[in-house]
Amino acid sequence: MQYMCLIYADPTIAKSMTPAEMGAYMGGYRDFTESIKTSGAMIAGDALQGVETATSVRVRDGKTVVTDGPFAVTKEHLGGYYLIEAPDLDAATAIAARIPSAKHGTIEVRPVMVWDK
Amino acid sequence: MRAAAEVAVAVDRLYRAESGRILASLIASIGDFQLAQDVLQEALTLALTRWAADGLPANPAAWVHTAARNRAIDQLRRGARFAEKSAAVATLERLRDEERREAEAVARDEVQTFPDERLRLIFTCCHPALSGPAQVALTLRALCGLQTEEIARAFLVPATTMAQRLVRAKAKIRQAGIPYRVPDADQLAERLDGVLGVIYLVFNEGYQASAGARLVRRDLCEEAIRLGRMLHHLMESTPEIGGLLALMLLHDARREGRADARGRLILLEQQDRATWDHAQIAEGKALVEAALRRGRVGPYQIQAAIAALHAGAARAEDTDWPQIAALYGLLGRVQPSPVIELNRAAAVAMAEGPDRGLALLDALQRGGELADYPWLPAAQADLLRRAGRTDEALAAYRRALALTQSEPEREYYRERICELGGGASG
Repeated sequence: MQYMCLIYADPTIAKSMTPAEMGAYMGGYRDFTESIKTSGAMIAGDALQGVETATSVRVRDGKTVVTDGPFAVTKEHLGGYYLIEAPDLDAATAIAARIPSAKHGTIEVRPVMVWDK
Repeated sequence: MRAAAEVAVAVDRLYRAESGRILASLIASIGDFQLAQDVLQEALTLALTRWAADGLPANPAAWVHTAARNRAIDQLRRGARFAEKSAAVATLERLRDEERREAEAVARDEVQTFPDERLRLIFTCCHPALSGPAQVALTLRALCGLQTEEIARAFLVPATTMAQRLVRAKAKIRQAGIPYRVPDADQLAERLDGVLGVIYLVFNEGYQASAGARLVRRDLCEEAIRLGRMLHHLMESTPEIGGLLALMLLHDARREGRADARGRLILLEQQDRATWDHAQIAEGKALVEAALRRGRVGPYQIQAAIAALHAGAARAEDTDWPQIAALYGLLGRVQPSPVIELNRAAAVAMAEGPDRGLALLDALQRGGELADYPWLPAAQADLLRRAGRTDEALAAYRRALALTQSEPEREYYRERICELGGGASG
């Protein structure tokens, strides 16, 4: 099965890190990405620019409305994702638990919809 | 018709005793909770007419299991039940393999049987990715064979709510890929804690039942004990399972003495010990002793050991309070909690006098964690009464009365207030 791991974290945590902490944090992400590439679980993954760069698009009555920012007012923002292949939910959550942001943020694990062929 | 009535009784008995085992094995080979449940129901309906005509088979459980599997093969052939054709084909192949292996076994004159997969099933039902209420409902539905309406009644929710809860849980198992297996060694201890928590919650739901719902909820205690026995049978070397089973048996053995004819609470020390089930107490004691001998102590074993000391005392005044106080101390170290500290204080008061207990309770009160907990002022009130400090005892009983939501408890506090010469206010 394919699972989308959505990484939600408080961006102020990364901003308040010392350079040494930041180095270790980024190194953790590099090691994690490398390990799931080697194991074959990785399909895709990216970090996203901060929520202050987000733009929302809606089409209402045929008119496209573009506005600044997202809707959410929560402290944790979507900061990145991994799309992974795993045999079941236990395997997927075991991988998600190794994403460095899981230590302070939340990883939402969602199965990818499979359409009838 | 007499024969039909007898068959109905036989099917009913089989359902009560074996449906969990049959369902677990079907889910293992079919891989789909809902389909397994549907074909089991159809097979039981078929059994009613076929057994009335042909007589009971030699092994009724295996008969139902095979009939249900045949139904599943039919359904899969028609191809209506799976979102993905490839999944249906793979399942069909697995079922046919199973059929072939069984036919070969029968040809070799081996006893017709099917594997016990209930351990896998209970870990799926109690998976942490399901909500707590859904874990409880699924466990009772799948492993105990309770009907949706029975579970709804026991938990005082509308049947439609319970049905929806079960449908959602089964859909999540399928869609999110919740596995149907015993967790790996690195996850096993944590996940087993979850399973034991669900069983104990079912037990407590039944044990702390209000008088009005008592009959229905008595069933919950029995089902929880049944689940405990099943788990103990399947994972005998895990001492906390034996501890939980012992704890439930020891509590349940005292149920007849816990309330009077009007449903009013009777304190342990005032209960008529002749009403206790002494055979069940002996079984619980033996279980907890065997668990403790394995040398891996845990919270359920300690609580069971405390319950065994209470149940083992011939009279209230024979209770081994020093040992109980020591066990609460140990429990508090394994599982720190202000409620456990409250119980320890009460035991210390019995072992060493009310003043020592009151000192511990005052420290708890200063800690502030139990500010809304009626049993803290109630425990203080009991000790103050014993120490002869009547005015302070009255004030503490009034604080407890103001905090509790439970009518039997309220009545108990009002009676104590009257006894001490306070007005029946509040």
